Amino acid sequence: MTLALKAYAHRPALARRINLAVVVFLAFYLVIGFLQPAYLEPAGIMNFLRRAAPLAILAAGQVFVLVSGGFDLSVGSLVTLTVIGGSMLTANDPSNTRWAILALYGIGLAVGLINGAVVAYLRTPSIIATLGALLAINGVAMTWCGGSPRGYLPENFRMFGRFVFHDVPFVKIFPVAILVLAVVAALAWWGLHGTVFGRRVFAVGDNPRAAQLAGVRVDLTRIGVFVISALAAVTAGILLGGFGGVSVDVGAGLELQAIAACVVGGVQLMGGRGTVVGAIAGALIMTALFTLLILLGWPQPLKDTAQGLILIIAVAFGAWRRRRAG
Amino acid sequence: MSSAEAVAPAPRRRGVNPPVILLVGSVALYVSVALATGQPMMLHLDGIVGLLQRMVGLGLVAIGQTFAILVGSIDLSVANLISVAAVLASYIMQGRPDMMAPAVAAVLAISAIVGAINGALISRLEVNPLIATLGVGLFLQGILSASFTNFAGSVPKEFQAVAYGTFGAAPYSVIGLFVLAFLAWLLLRATKFGAHLYAVGGNSEGARLAGIRTDRVMIGAHTLCSLCAGLTGLYLASRLRSGAPWVGRDGVYDLESIAVVVIGGTLLAGGRGGVWGTLAGVLLFAVLDASFNMLGVSAYPKLVLRGLIVIAAVAVYTVRSKELTA
Repeated sequence: MTLALKAYAHRPALARRINLAVVVFLAFYLVIGFLQPAYLEPAGIMNFLRRAAPLAILAAGQVFVLVSGGFDLSVGSLVTLTVIGGSMLTANDPSNTRWAILALYGIGLAVGLINGAVVAYLRTPSIIATLGALLAINGVAMTWCGGSPRGYLPENFRMFGRFVFHDVPFVKIFPVAILVLAVVAALAWWGLHGTVFGRRVFAVGDNPRAAQLAGVRVDLTRIGVFVISALAAVTAGILLGGFGGVSVDVGAGLELQAIAACVVGGVQLMGGRGTVVGAIAGALIMTALFTLLILLGWPQPLKDTAQGLILIIAVAFGAWRRRRAG
Repeated sequence: MSSAEAVAPAPRRRGVNPPVILLVGSVALYVSVALATGQPMMLHLDGIVGLLQRMVGLGLVAIGQTFAILVGSIDLSVANLISVAAVLASYIMQGRPDMMAPAVAAVLAISAIVGAINGALISRLEVNPLIATLGVGLFLQGILSASFTNFAGSVPKEFQAVAYGTFGAAPYSVIGLFVLAFLAWLLLRATKFGAHLYAVGGNSEGARLAGIRTDRVMIGAHTLCSLCAGLTGLYLASRLRSGAPWVGRDGVYDLESIAVVVIGGTLLAGGRGGVWGTLAGVLLFAVLDASFNMLGVSAYPKLVLRGLIVIAAVAVYTVRSKELTA
């Protein structure tokens, strides 16, 4: 009896420790595997993760901004700028790739610093500030390539998105993109849940005034989260550059997908609550959802409809749970 | 200042209100650009009418967005609803004058339903307004793009009068915009609903405790907002002579309507502001557009300037605030 009681007492804690988004993702993935068994083989799983990597990386960056209480709507346009900028900077010469990637991260750093400074010092709500940045960055990308992107990315630039190790034990194939995702995920997890900076992000998102009175440099914390989000966007852009060709709409709408992924992963808008694991699981759920729709033969545009529904359901469910918890 | 004024509920923060500053600034900019580029004919009646006509599309939806932001919410679904309205109108009309009334009725009915759903999701299910309206917008866009891939149907000559007809020198559409603005101003200043709208936007919990049915006010504000978006859709169908599923998104009406409302002095947090400020913000955008054309700025740098101006114009208000925005 005592034993049973003890086991029961542990259950809520355990249930809370298991991320609901992970469970939902696994359920989704099993349905996909049921419809198309190839997805359950190691190669299928690896390919799925490869395709999910850019969105997961964006979500891992966005979660910092969301937990701090802001939004970063500029990441989609920054992905576009990264791909177009990559093709312009390398100019079809593989020997340029190294410094081109450095320059792209420099651009990302600058965008993050500007976004953060506008929010922290001009006190512009981040939704407006990053919206303006979205328009401006898209404009810069279009101006840079003169409206129609030319050329292609050199093979050693595309390597990050498309190179696959073969004959790896257990999984057979191992795409580099998954390695990149793993590194980013580990860094993000450590940054948000394992550092003083991460604690400050939560404090600022929960109550900026209280955080300020407790001695947190709110301005620097805000700038930090926007820089992290922007660097994640450049990383995602480099991966996406390896997936497909150079186009002007490669990043369009990704900012909303990243926010949606975070929300589905249990990150609370307006700050104070969220996990990196949840954000990445949310990105996997979104990718699984899109895969499922393709398998079911739905027309491509209905992807938006499904995304809208899942967004509303996830947030309404979260609100309902909070109300019930009191 | 008498003691009666001293206890007035909403003390003015500035000496001159923002609409007047914006109006004077916009007019000055327009006149100086027209003179500097040697195009004085832009200051003649035709030029002025053309400038005012630039205001109509954005102006209609921005008046609606003012309601949503005043009540402390926001509406990201307007661009998608505009596309739905434009396509629906021209698809039902199919060039037949006798179908004009049913088409307009259907558009307004759908708009009202979408607005009521937005409001209900926000007030009853407590879904964050950004997510609720984003989700509804994606939902609509997905269904629309899955059903229509190009211009659908056409509007009859009689309906094109909405955009092209004139009363003397004044186009119907411009007259309509100002009549709508006047009605909106009347609704906000002279009705109980208007007072409740400001009360809920200023302090939702306080308004609820004072006996205001906050959920009804929220649903009402969103219904008005969506109706205005529906009007913009009808106007665009008339101007383009047909509706396509991308007309709303191409106009960036979601972001621009929010930007002009905030530039017009309405607090993004709700509870303070008004329609005339919004209209002044729309005038500023129309003047910028016209000025870019006169100066011969090409399309993509224009995008960059647009983005920077949105940030700068909002920062002018926010930079002095002591609040820690996110």
